[in-house]
Amino acid sequence: MTAFLQLSLTPLLIGALVAATCALVGNFLLLRRQALLGDAISHVVLPGIVLAFVITGAVAAAPMLLGAAAVAVAAVVAIEAVKRLGRVEPGAAMGVVFTTFFAAGVLLLEQTDTSAVHLDVEHALMGNLESLVWFAATGPGSLIDPAALARLPSELPRVAAVAVVVVALCWLFWRPLALATFDEGFARSIGIPVTALGFGLVTVAAIAAVAAFDAVGSIIVIAMFICPPAAARLMTDRLGRQVAWSVVFAVVSAVLGYMLAGYGPLWLGAQDAVSAAGMIAVVSGVILALAVRFGPCRGAPRRG
Amino acid sequence: MTVALSVRGLTVAYAQNPAITAVDADFAAGAMTAIIGPNGAGKSTLLRAVLGLVPRRAGEVAIFGAPLARVRGRIAYVPQRASVDWDFPTRVTDVVQMGLYRQLGLLGRVHRRHRALAEDCLARVGMADYATRQIGQLSGGQQQRVFLARALAQEADLYLLDEPFAGVDAATETAIIGVLKGLRDAGRTVVAVHHDLATVAGYFDRVLLMNGRAIAQGPVATAFTPDALQATYGGRLALAPTAGQGVA
Repeated sequence: MTAFLQLSLTPLLIGALVAATCALVGNFLLLRRQALLGDAISHVVLPGIVLAFVITGAVAAAPMLLGAAAVAVAAVVAIEAVKRLGRVEPGAAMGVVFTTFFAAGVLLLEQTDTSAVHLDVEHALMGNLESLVWFAATGPGSLIDPAALARLPSELPRVAAVAVVVVALCWLFWRPLALATFDEGFARSIGIPVTALGFGLVTVAAIAAVAAFDAVGSIIVIAMFICPPAAARLMTDRLGRQVAWSVVFAVVSAVLGYMLAGYGPLWLGAQDAVSAAGMIAVVSGVILALAVRFGPCRGAPRRG
Repeated sequence: MTVALSVRGLTVAYAQNPAITAVDADFAAGAMTAIIGPNGAGKSTLLRAVLGLVPRRAGEVAIFGAPLARVRGRIAYVPQRASVDWDFPTRVTDVVQMGLYRQLGLLGRVHRRHRALAEDCLARVGMADYATRQIGQLSGGQQQRVFLARALAQEADLYLLDEPFAGVDAATETAIIGVLKGLRDAGRTVVAVHHDLATVAGYFDRVLLMNGRAIAQGPVATAFTPDALQATYGGRLALAPTAGQGVA
């Protein structure tokens, strides 16, 4: 029990919170044909994070969130500019911008002295979910012990706060977001600020991505933005239920993926555990494959 | 004639190419007006500019004598069907309830009377039996009727429809025109982009003929003439004799 509290509870909680948060936002990105944006943002935030580190000289959440969000918004503006000025299709514009931003981030990282902190490309990709342990836990009593709780990994309150903000924003703007996604022309005609909503959505996606990126690495971010919502779309024809399914799938991926990464290789006779982040992403992919095969709404509706 | 919608000197350009130039038009209140012209004449652009969906380069728009921002709640718009995401997870009844957005706001609860209104609007377009279908599973004509039901739910005074009869079956066309005439008879104003010259006289009270600029407008009897059609369509009007028969 103590071992579970020390080693597994916080990674599980953080993984599940991150997965659910990303999946929630991912539903709207997917429906807006912007699913690639999750991928783009998780790359684009790199220069933002490095810049914030260069300016503040510390790995602190607030400036990094700000830096990442600022760069994400700059990237969205750049994508629009490339699309309009260069007359390029949206996917290509996205690809050009996020590759350039990510490459700039890598160069910046290379030129920055980050030897004192764990800020490197491998960490960015795979995160360090397994290292988010809670050694202050000595037993079930620690769950109500303020001294022990104060020594929880700082990623946990951070991703929890972001989850609360994202849930609140989705709840508040649910109706106009759904309307603007389904029928943009009509949404504009009744006075919904469609462009501002779109920017708001990518900003929220950026905040979710950067909180997740810091805690668990970008591979989970990319997978959770796309796989659970895509699988959920195949389960129902109603937006509310799709979002609910996606959160369930995300949490199942996180918990099952973490467990399989820790114990799966041992069952197969291997010595070492595999990356939890990688396994979580794989599980979400398997869930998507199952939904494609067995989901009740997988028959793609066609216009009549 | 009371004017519901007045357009003065309206010019809209995409990139550098003017789509409509200095259009002057008045749309009579309590009447059904067809906007007619060849492809690329700027008919949809006119509606979109009136609604503020595309920036206008010059000109004024007055709706019931007021600027758009003050009267948005009195306007219902039915876009071309192509602008909609058919794979979106939403049911027919949810689509109709979208027409209640201005009433409900961000977080207003959907009460029984709202659901009853949505049901009633669906019944008026003959789609009551399809309330729980996903929107993409309907035929084109059925989808168009659902969007008309959504416009009805808005309980507007001015209805702007962009090609409501494009790609719909005969039964749907009859149902839609019946609903639109009902709106007109209840004192509402209807403006529709229309393509079928043969049905203009039977469906509409007034016309606006345009091709980049306004060419003729007024009651069908006086404005919908072979000469005006010739001026609108130029040499491309293969339908001139048929259209001529439609002139009252």
